[in-house]
Amino acid sequence: MSFPLLTATAALPAIGAIATAAVPAAKRTAAKWLALLFSLATLVLAIVVLVRFEPGGDRYQLTESHAWIADFGVRYELGVDGIAVALIALTALLIPFIVLAGWHDADPLETGSRRWRPTQGFFALILAVEAMVILSFEATDVFLFYIFFEAMLIPMYFLIGGFGDRAHEHGEEKAATQRSYAAVKFLLYNLAGGLIMLAAVIGLYVVAGNFSLTEIAAARASGELEMSTNTERWLFLGFFFAFAVKAPLWPLHTWLPNAMQESTAPVAVLITAVVDKVGTFAMLRFCLGLFPEASKWATPVVLVLAVVSIIYGALLAVGQRDMKRLIAYASISHFGFIVMGIFAMTSQGQSGATLYMVNHGISTAVLMLIAGFLISRRGSRLIADYGGVQKVAPVLAGTFLIGGLATLSLPGLAPFVSEFLVLVGTFTRYPVIGIVATFGIVLAALYVLVLYQRTMTGPVKPEVSAMPDLRVREIAVVAPLVVLLVFLGVYPKPLTDVVNPAVEHTMSDVQKKDPRPEVEAAK
Amino acid sequence: MSATAAVHSLWTTAAAAAEPIAKIDAPKIEYGQLAPMLIVVGAAIVGITVEAFVPRKSRYYAQMFVSVVALAAAFAAVVALAANGYATTKAGIAAMGAIAVDGPALFLQGTILLTALVGLFTFAERRLDPEVHGNRVDSFAAQAAAVPGSESEKKAVRAGFTTTEVFPLLLFAVAGMLVFPAANDLLTLFVALEVLSLPLYLMCALARRKRLMSQEAAVKYFLLGAFASAFMLFGIALLYGYAGSMSYATIAQVVEGTVPEITPALAATTGNDALLLTGAALVVMGLLFKVGAVPFHMWTPDVYQGAPTPVTGFMAAATKVAAFGALLRILYVVLPGLRWDWRPVMWGVAIVTMLAGAIVAITQTDIKRLLAYSSIAHAGFILAGVIAATPSGISSVLFYLAAYSFVTIGAFAVVTLVRDAGGEATHLSKWAGLGRRSPLVAAVFAVFLLAFAGIPLTSGFSGKFAVFKAAAEGGAAPLVVVGVISSAIAAFFYIRVIVLMFFSEPRPEGPTVAVPSPLTMTAIGVGVAVTVVLGVAPQYFLELAGDAGVFVR
Repeated sequence: MSFPLLTATAALPAIGAIATAAVPAAKRTAAKWLALLFSLATLVLAIVVLVRFEPGGDRYQLTESHAWIADFGVRYELGVDGIAVALIALTALLIPFIVLAGWHDADPLETGSRRWRPTQGFFALILAVEAMVILSFEATDVFLFYIFFEAMLIPMYFLIGGFGDRAHEHGEEKAATQRSYAAVKFLLYNLAGGLIMLAAVIGLYVVAGNFSLTEIAAARASGELEMSTNTERWLFLGFFFAFAVKAPLWPLHTWLPNAMQESTAPVAVLITAVVDKVGTFAMLRFCLGLFPEASKWATPVVLVLAVVSIIYGALLAVGQRDMKRLIAYASISHFGFIVMGIFAMTSQGQSGATLYMVNHGISTAVLMLIAGFLISRRGSRLIADYGGVQKVAPVLAGTFLIGGLATLSLPGLAPFVSEFLVLVGTFTRYPVIGIVATFGIVLAALYVLVLYQRTMTGPVKPEVSAMPDLRVREIAVVAPLVVLLVFLGVYPKPLTDVVNPAVEHTMSDVQKKDPRPEVEAAK
Repeated sequence: MSATAAVHSLWTTAAAAAEPIAKIDAPKIEYGQLAPMLIVVGAAIVGITVEAFVPRKSRYYAQMFVSVVALAAAFAAVVALAANGYATTKAGIAAMGAIAVDGPALFLQGTILLTALVGLFTFAERRLDPEVHGNRVDSFAAQAAAVPGSESEKKAVRAGFTTTEVFPLLLFAVAGMLVFPAANDLLTLFVALEVLSLPLYLMCALARRKRLMSQEAAVKYFLLGAFASAFMLFGIALLYGYAGSMSYATIAQVVEGTVPEITPALAATTGNDALLLTGAALVVMGLLFKVGAVPFHMWTPDVYQGAPTPVTGFMAAATKVAAFGALLRILYVVLPGLRWDWRPVMWGVAIVTMLAGAIVAITQTDIKRLLAYSSIAHAGFILAGVIAATPSGISSVLFYLAAYSFVTIGAFAVVTLVRDAGGEATHLSKWAGLGRRSPLVAAVFAVFLLAFAGIPLTSGFSGKFAVFKAAAEGGAAPLVVVGVISSAIAAFFYIRVIVLMFFSEPRPEGPTVAVPSPLTMTAIGVGVAVTVVLGVAPQYFLELAGDAGVFVR
């Protein structure tokens, strides 16, 4: 038996979570370093996975399979395709920066009980989320996936509800109320989605008799497993609903702005850049993989919802007064693009969507983390409270601008490639949808540039005049991400090489061919 | 017999009496197969003699010793029977057809005994309340007969009396519970019901604090319970009239139309469907009362709230196990031929139970009432598995009951720890900020709540998945949908408690968390361990329940 690399990649952060939680209350700094160490070690393992993965090889690689709950037909089955590898790499990459960015976010204000250890808890929960997210990317057993898809809500919930921005315009008590509101909303939306999915998971078991993605797909392809059109559609809807809540897609998105607004910037990044990706990833892997016919049946509706998300999210972003809320709505718009790319059913659209997941993760992380640094300096999330920051903190303003430009998909930065691919992929099959979606880009330019203009340019407001520029720790967080944005913007080949074969497999699942000979875009 | 011996409806000729009395056979009793029940009943009787003859000071320890040994020995007997194949190949009927010794019976008896053992630890806890007049006190009234607030009560407290009778009472209740799911004729079923209920009524009234509430709970429980028993007895009478026998197997045969021989006295009524349907409905009603299913749930919140918390925990866990066992046996062994009649009714009951339990729980402000409504919702989930009427239905219900009972007992054990000057602080507002004060206790309670909510990696999820899977395979897909919807509703109030504990500021005069003795710690520890193990690696226990999933007839 070879070394269980995938298990190790997920187990390492899990062990890290337990170790971090066990650090004594007084040794806060040690807990932080421990968490950082474990997240970096996980990154190393993720890179090993990336290297060991052969893009031209089998569909699922590095597979592991063990008996688990035979009575439920459940096996502990792991395996990664190119899409999963890319997303695992993204997750493992972002977590160290999230840890580093949140270095002081969970320092206790007042000393509560001797045993009250918020700092340890904060970092342990982040690592726990990482472990569960990685496992849900790796699982090729529907039940196994479901378990971690659901279970990750709990640590996320505590991260949102338990830790918020230090300074709050309405005082700590109001902030706590709003935080717990956001956390409960997050949990209830996602739990409801998950439970609907549970019904569909049980339905799938009744129909198929096991949960193995590969076995079910093979049985369906060979005609061994017949699924009536109606059954397939109901099951698809059950799965899709959960993923649409998670992604989130309009009109199930309303938890995201609350959650991102109330949580600290690193946690907001964790939500939108890491956890939500599980939703879009699962659409690709499970909705399209298990229910190809139903996916095609639902495509028109899903595309319309995606376009509504794109435009609606962008429009609402333009109107926001709160910086974090603005980024949240921008994310909703971006998730619209991702879903659109997935359901356009073209290879450009789907590779674009996968790249989009990675690039959106990085660009949102940059934008949100710097916004977090900014907020921690001034103690306000309101855009109107800032002005002229670029004169006092040029590095902060400059990196913020890069993050913003990446968000609006400036050519030369990574998100451009993916957005272009998604739009091309959609346009070849659904020109009208593609044209409408393009307006989302225009609006993106509006909300990003207006945000930058109002906060960073103009006369220096007295409250920000003494604002320090980025500190070493903060530069260490931002600089590598910015470099990556530029690198993947000019040279996306390493990523597309990994992703493209996987996308071809998905395309063959749904038995769709591209309308025209494949465009070697982005190469 | 000749024509002169024709049966009259009121009298019959005395020819039979002329036969010599010596011909009556002594009943054949399989002591080995009945050992679990006999041990517990015997220990309960020993417990009573301990009350009478052992000096007051050493009674507590003597009772503890007797109870622990009895429960452990009975559990060992169950394991031995199962290991000898009585759960599978050698399943049979003992005590002249009164008791079934089969897989479900042994599985449930094992569960009840373990639950009772863990429950016993919470009964015996004496470190939560501060010492009164230099005496350690437990959760029970100093002297049950002393009127609350009276001089005699004060005297009893001063003298350091404790109600050590709870131990034999607990054992009697356990004995009844052991027989209840194993009963193989209606009369045994009824006797078991009474044996398990009467001690419970008594124990409900024994709270040390808030005695009036506790007595009120006991009276309510007793009155409603008496009604339910009466209904059930009436149903039994009707079923006897229908089949001419109390035995499960005979009734089932009559239902199927393969009547061996009709008792002449009952020729007029035998096979009368009106009797069958009414009788079955009344018997099932009595069982649904014990289970706490809507619309027979009214007693649950009041009794759960008023009873001493250790009793609540024990009752919530073990009674449910026993009652669902009996319900399963009645529906699967006696009335399978009537499936098309009882399934629609049970559908309705399950749906209403799941939804009502979950929805009403949202408005509760007392943790014990909240858990009571949650137990109603869970009864609905289990009913979904019962309705499946397949082997996987049986095994999923068995598994769910085992998983649920340990979560319940653990959760109520945690409730006993959170206290203020007036005893247990059960009002939810007092739990605000508990996570800051005592992170460990709050975290443990959160684990139990998540298990109740059915979050993956807890036993609650495995159980819920098992029953919903069984229901879906049994063709009850709409029930599954209602089930997940009510799970989503139920999640709301479990989460509300977590929000309170972790995200709310602690109150200045909030409750303190008592440091319990190793007894309660064991109870809680076992609860957490079972919750996690059944959540992460349920395979062994699912197999156990699967192997045990065949009734004997």
